[in-house]
Amino acid sequence: MTGFNIAFWVLAVIGVIAALAVVLLRDVFRAALSLVLCFLAVAGIYITLSADFLAAVQVLIYVGAISILIILAIMLTREVQRGSPANRLQIPAFIVAILLFGGIAFAVLNTPWQVASTPPLEPTTPALAGLLFGEGGFILPVEIAAVLLLAAILGAIALVREK
Amino acid sequence: MTVGLEHYLILAGVLFSIGLYGALAKRNAIVILMSIELMLNAVNIAMVAFSRYIVPLLLTGQVFAIFIMVVAAAEAAVGLAIIISIYRYRETIDATKINLMKW
Repeated sequence: MTGFNIAFWVLAVIGVIAALAVVLLRDVFRAALSLVLCFLAVAGIYITLSADFLAAVQVLIYVGAISILIILAIMLTREVQRGSPANRLQIPAFIVAILLFGGIAFAVLNTPWQVASTPPLEPTTPALAGLLFGEGGFILPVEIAAVLLLAAILGAIALVREK
Repeated sequence: MTVGLEHYLILAGVLFSIGLYGALAKRNAIVILMSIELMLNAVNIAMVAFSRYIVPLLLTGQVFAIFIMVVAAAEAAVGLAIIISIYRYRETIDATKINLMKW
Protein backbone atom coordinates (compact mmCIF):
# COMPACT_ATOMS: atom_id res chain seq x y z
CA MET A 1 0.00 0.00 0.00
CA THR A 2 2.90 2.38 0.71
CA GLY A 3 4.39 1.88 -2.76
CA PHE A 4 1.00 2.80 -4.22
CA ASN A 5 0.90 5.97 -2.08
CA ILE A 6 4.42 6.99 -3.09
CA ALA A 7 3.59 6.40 -6.77
CA PHE A 8 0.45 8.52 -6.53
CA TRP A 9 2.17 11.44 -4.81
CA VAL A 10 5.19 11.42 -7.16
CA LEU A 11 2.94 11.30 -10.25
CA ALA A 12 0.56 13.94 -8.88
CA VAL A 13 3.40 16.36 -8.08
CA ILE A 14 5.02 15.81 -11.51
CA GLY A 15 1.66 16.29 -13.23
CA VAL A 16 0.76 19.50 -11.38
CA ILE A 17 4.25 21.02 -11.85
CA ALA A 18 4.17 20.16 -15.58
CA ALA A 19 0.68 21.64 -15.92
CA LEU A 20 1.82 24.84 -14.16
CA ALA A 21 4.79 24.98 -16.54
CA VAL A 22 2.39 24.73 -19.51
CA VAL A 23 0.57 27.92 -18.50
CA LEU A 24 3.50 29.82 -16.94
CA LEU A 25 6.47 29.25 -19.29
CA ARG A 26 7.20 32.05 -21.76
CA ASP A 27 8.51 29.69 -24.46
CA VAL A 28 5.64 27.98 -26.33
CA PHE A 29 7.81 25.05 -27.40
CA ARG A 30 8.91 24.32 -23.82
CA ALA A 31 5.27 24.59 -22.75
CA ALA A 32 4.38 21.91 -25.33
CA LEU A 33 7.18 19.65 -24.04
CA SER A 34 5.97 20.02 -20.43
CA LEU A 35 2.47 19.22 -21.70
CA VAL A 36 3.90 15.89 -22.92
CA LEU A 37 5.35 15.32 -19.43
CA CYS A 38 1.94 16.07 -17.91
CA PHE A 39 0.27 13.55 -20.27
CA LEU A 40 2.82 10.91 -19.19
CA ALA A 41 2.11 11.63 -15.52
CA VAL A 42 -1.63 11.23 -16.21
CA ALA A 43 -0.88 7.86 -17.85
CA GLY A 44 0.89 6.84 -14.64
CA ILE A 45 -2.13 8.02 -12.62
CA TYR A 46 -4.30 5.70 -14.77
CA ILE A 47 -1.99 2.81 -13.87
CA THR A 48 -2.39 3.57 -10.15
CA LEU A 49 -6.17 3.46 -10.77
CA SER A 50 -5.65 -0.03 -12.35
CA ALA A 51 -6.86 1.22 -15.76
CA ASP A 52 -4.13 -0.47 -17.79
CA PHE A 53 -5.80 -0.19 -21.21
CA LEU A 54 -6.51 3.52 -20.69
CA ALA A 55 -2.88 4.14 -19.73
CA ALA A 56 -1.70 2.53 -22.98
CA VAL A 57 -4.28 4.52 -24.98
CA GLN A 58 -3.21 7.72 -23.20
CA VAL A 59 0.43 7.15 -24.18
CA LEU A 60 -0.53 6.29 -27.77
CA ILE A 61 -3.03 9.10 -28.44
CA TYR A 62 -1.90 11.99 -26.24
CA VAL A 63 1.86 11.46 -25.93
CA GLY A 64 2.12 10.05 -29.45
CA ALA A 65 -0.38 11.82 -31.66
CA ILE A 66 -1.78 14.99 -30.09
CA SER A 67 1.59 16.27 -28.86
CA ILE A 68 3.04 15.74 -32.37
CA LEU A 69 0.11 17.72 -33.81
CA ILE A 70 0.66 20.57 -31.32
CA ILE A 71 4.43 20.71 -31.91
CA LEU A 72 3.85 20.67 -35.69
CA ALA A 73 1.37 23.55 -35.37
CA ILE A 74 3.89 25.52 -33.24
CA MET A 75 6.53 25.00 -35.93
CA LEU A 76 4.16 26.01 -38.75
CA THR A 77 3.18 29.28 -37.03
CA ARG A 78 6.12 31.55 -36.31
CA GLU A 79 4.79 32.87 -33.02
CA VAL A 80 7.56 31.22 -30.99
CA GLN A 81 9.62 34.41 -30.79
CA ARG A 82 6.69 36.27 -29.25
CA GLY A 83 6.28 33.63 -26.50
CA SER A 84 2.96 33.08 -24.76
CA PRO A 85 2.07 36.39 -23.10
CA ALA A 86 -1.03 36.78 -20.95
CA ASN A 87 -3.90 39.01 -22.06
CA ARG A 88 -5.54 41.67 -19.91
CA LEU A 89 -7.83 39.06 -18.32
CA GLN A 90 -4.93 37.56 -16.35
CA ILE A 91 -6.03 38.57 -12.84
CA PRO A 92 -9.79 37.84 -13.34
CA ALA A 93 -8.87 34.47 -14.88
CA PHE A 94 -6.67 33.69 -11.86
CA ILE A 95 -9.49 34.60 -9.48
CA VAL A 96 -12.01 32.50 -11.45
CA ALA A 97 -9.65 29.50 -11.44
CA ILE A 98 -9.04 29.81 -7.67
CA LEU A 99 -12.79 30.14 -7.00
CA LEU A 100 -13.55 27.11 -9.17
CA PHE A 101 -10.90 25.06 -7.37
CA GLY A 102 -12.31 26.16 -4.01
CA GLY A 103 -15.78 25.07 -5.09
CA ILE A 104 -14.52 21.70 -6.36
CA ALA A 105 -12.49 21.06 -3.18
CA PHE A 106 -15.43 22.03 -0.96
CA ALA A 107 -17.83 19.75 -2.86
CA VAL A 108 -15.38 16.82 -2.91
CA LEU A 109 -14.47 17.03 0.78
CA ASN A 110 -18.06 17.47 2.01
CA THR A 111 -19.70 14.69 -0.01
CA PRO A 112 -20.10 11.31 1.73
CA TRP A 113 -18.79 9.09 -1.10
CA GLN A 114 -20.01 5.50 -1.02
CA VAL A 115 -16.71 3.85 -1.86
CA ALA A 116 -17.07 0.20 -2.84
CA SER A 117 -14.73 -2.21 -1.07
CA THR A 118 -14.46 -4.74 -3.91
CA PRO A 119 -11.04 -4.85 -5.59
CA PRO A 120 -10.93 -3.43 -9.15
CA LEU A 121 -11.14 -5.53 -12.28
CA GLU A 122 -7.77 -6.51 -13.75
CA PRO A 123 -6.91 -6.70 -16.64
CA THR A 124 -9.52 -4.32 -17.99
CA THR A 125 -9.05 -4.87 -21.74
CA PRO A 126 -11.43 -7.87 -22.23
CA ALA A 127 -14.11 -6.26 -20.05
CA LEU A 128 -13.81 -2.96 -21.96
CA ALA A 129 -14.02 -4.80 -25.30
CA GLY A 130 -17.19 -6.55 -24.10
CA LEU A 131 -18.69 -3.23 -23.02
CA LEU A 132 -17.77 -1.43 -26.25
CA PHE A 133 -18.68 -4.10 -28.80
CA GLY A 134 -20.80 -6.62 -26.93
CA GLU A 135 -24.53 -7.15 -26.54
CA GLY A 136 -26.27 -4.26 -24.73
CA GLY A 137 -23.05 -2.26 -24.64
CA PHE A 138 -21.91 0.99 -26.21
CA ILE A 139 -21.87 -0.09 -29.86
CA LEU A 140 -23.94 2.89 -31.11
CA PRO A 141 -21.57 5.50 -29.53
CA VAL A 142 -18.63 3.59 -31.06
CA GLU A 143 -20.20 3.93 -34.52
CA ILE A 144 -20.95 7.61 -33.92
CA ALA A 145 -17.35 8.14 -32.76
CA ALA A 146 -16.12 6.63 -36.05
CA VAL A 147 -18.30 9.08 -38.02
CA LEU A 148 -17.07 11.95 -35.82
CA LEU A 149 -13.43 11.04 -36.48
CA LEU A 150 -14.08 10.82 -40.23
CA ALA A 151 -15.79 14.23 -40.17
CA ALA A 152 -12.87 15.69 -38.17
CA ILE A 153 -10.30 14.33 -40.65
CA LEU A 154 -12.25 15.66 -43.65
CA GLY A 155 -12.77 19.01 -41.92
CA ALA A 156 -9.07 19.36 -41.08
CA ILE A 157 -8.07 18.53 -44.68
CA ALA A 158 -10.63 20.97 -46.11
CA LEU A 159 -9.48 23.74 -43.73
CA VAL A 160 -5.75 23.61 -44.49
CA ARG A 161 -6.03 22.79 -48.23
CA GLU A 162 -4.48 25.31 -50.62
CA LYS A 163 -7.23 27.21 -52.40
CA MET B 1 -3.10 8.40 5.30
CA THR B 2 -3.83 6.13 2.40
CA VAL B 3 -4.67 7.60 -1.00
CA GLY B 4 -8.40 7.45 -1.79
CA LEU B 5 -11.04 8.84 -4.09
CA GLU B 6 -10.78 12.37 -2.65
CA HIS B 7 -7.08 12.62 -3.55
CA TYR B 8 -7.76 11.80 -7.19
CA LEU B 9 -10.69 14.22 -7.36
CA ILE B 10 -8.64 17.03 -5.81
CA LEU B 11 -5.81 16.31 -8.29
CA ALA B 12 -8.35 16.47 -11.14
CA GLY B 13 -9.66 19.77 -9.72
CA VAL B 14 -6.14 21.24 -9.56
CA LEU B 15 -5.37 20.25 -13.17
CA PHE B 16 -8.76 21.55 -14.37
CA SER B 17 -8.27 24.90 -12.63
CA ILE B 18 -4.77 25.28 -14.13
CA GLY B 19 -6.20 24.50 -17.56
CA LEU B 20 -9.05 26.97 -17.06
CA TYR B 21 -6.61 29.72 -16.09
CA GLY B 22 -4.51 29.00 -19.20
CA ALA B 23 -7.55 28.94 -21.49
CA LEU B 24 -8.82 32.28 -20.15
CA ALA B 25 -5.58 34.23 -19.71
CA LYS B 26 -3.41 33.35 -22.73
CA ARG B 27 -3.06 35.18 -26.04
CA ASN B 28 -1.46 32.41 -28.12
CA ALA B 29 -4.22 30.24 -29.63
CA ILE B 30 -2.05 27.10 -29.50
CA VAL B 31 -1.45 27.59 -25.76
CA ILE B 32 -5.22 27.97 -25.31
CA LEU B 33 -5.71 24.65 -27.12
CA MET B 34 -3.05 23.02 -24.92
CA SER B 35 -4.88 24.29 -21.82
CA ILE B 36 -8.13 22.76 -23.11
CA GLU B 37 -6.32 19.42 -23.49
CA LEU B 38 -5.21 19.77 -19.84
CA MET B 39 -8.83 20.29 -18.78
CA LEU B 40 -9.98 17.22 -20.75
CA ASN B 41 -7.25 15.14 -19.08
CA ALA B 42 -8.39 16.35 -15.65
CA VAL B 43 -11.97 15.27 -16.43
CA ASN B 44 -10.66 11.88 -17.56
CA ILE B 45 -8.83 11.41 -14.25
CA ALA B 46 -12.07 12.17 -12.37
CA MET B 47 -14.03 9.72 -14.58
CA VAL B 48 -11.55 6.88 -14.06
CA ALA B 49 -11.32 7.59 -10.31
CA PHE B 50 -15.12 7.41 -9.94
CA SER B 51 -15.12 4.21 -11.99
CA ARG B 52 -12.38 2.66 -9.83
CA TYR B 53 -13.79 3.59 -6.41
CA ILE B 54 -17.59 3.74 -6.78
CA VAL B 55 -18.37 0.98 -9.34
CA PRO B 56 -15.13 -1.07 -9.61
CA LEU B 57 -16.67 -3.86 -11.71
CA LEU B 58 -18.76 -1.87 -14.24
CA LEU B 59 -15.97 0.15 -15.97
CA THR B 60 -18.48 2.69 -17.35
CA GLY B 61 -16.21 5.57 -16.33
CA GLN B 62 -13.38 4.12 -18.41
CA VAL B 63 -15.71 3.82 -21.44
CA PHE B 64 -16.62 7.49 -20.99
CA ALA B 65 -12.90 8.33 -20.77
CA ILE B 66 -12.30 6.55 -24.10
CA PHE B 67 -15.05 8.60 -25.78
CA ILE B 68 -13.63 11.81 -24.27
CA MET B 69 -10.26 10.88 -25.80
CA VAL B 70 -11.92 10.39 -29.23
CA VAL B 71 -13.58 13.80 -29.03
CA ALA B 72 -10.34 15.39 -27.77
CA ALA B 73 -8.40 13.98 -30.73
CA ALA B 74 -11.00 15.28 -33.19
CA GLU B 75 -11.02 18.65 -31.42
CA ALA B 76 -7.22 18.93 -31.52
CA ALA B 77 -7.09 18.09 -35.26
CA VAL B 78 -9.83 20.55 -36.26
CA GLY B 79 -8.65 23.25 -33.83
CA LEU B 80 -5.05 23.17 -35.05
CA ALA B 81 -6.27 23.15 -38.68
CA ILE B 82 -8.31 26.30 -37.95
CA ILE B 83 -5.31 27.94 -36.25
CA ILE B 84 -3.01 27.17 -39.22
CA SER B 85 -5.67 28.43 -41.64
CA ILE B 86 -6.05 31.69 -39.66
CA TYR B 87 -2.27 32.08 -39.54
CA ARG B 88 -2.12 31.83 -43.34
CA TYR B 89 -4.54 34.72 -43.81
CA ARG B 90 -3.74 36.98 -40.83
CA GLU B 91 -0.04 36.17 -40.08
CA THR B 92 -0.94 35.98 -36.38
CA ILE B 93 -2.51 33.54 -33.92
CA ASP B 94 -2.94 36.12 -31.15
CA ALA B 95 -6.46 35.38 -29.89
CA THR B 96 -7.00 39.03 -28.92
CA LYS B 97 -6.31 40.20 -32.50
CA ILE B 98 -8.60 37.65 -34.18
CA ASN B 99 -11.71 39.76 -33.64
CA LEU B 100 -13.68 39.43 -36.89
CA MET B 101 -16.54 37.62 -35.13
CA LYS B 102 -16.30 39.49 -31.82
CA TRP B 103 -19.32 41.44 -30.71
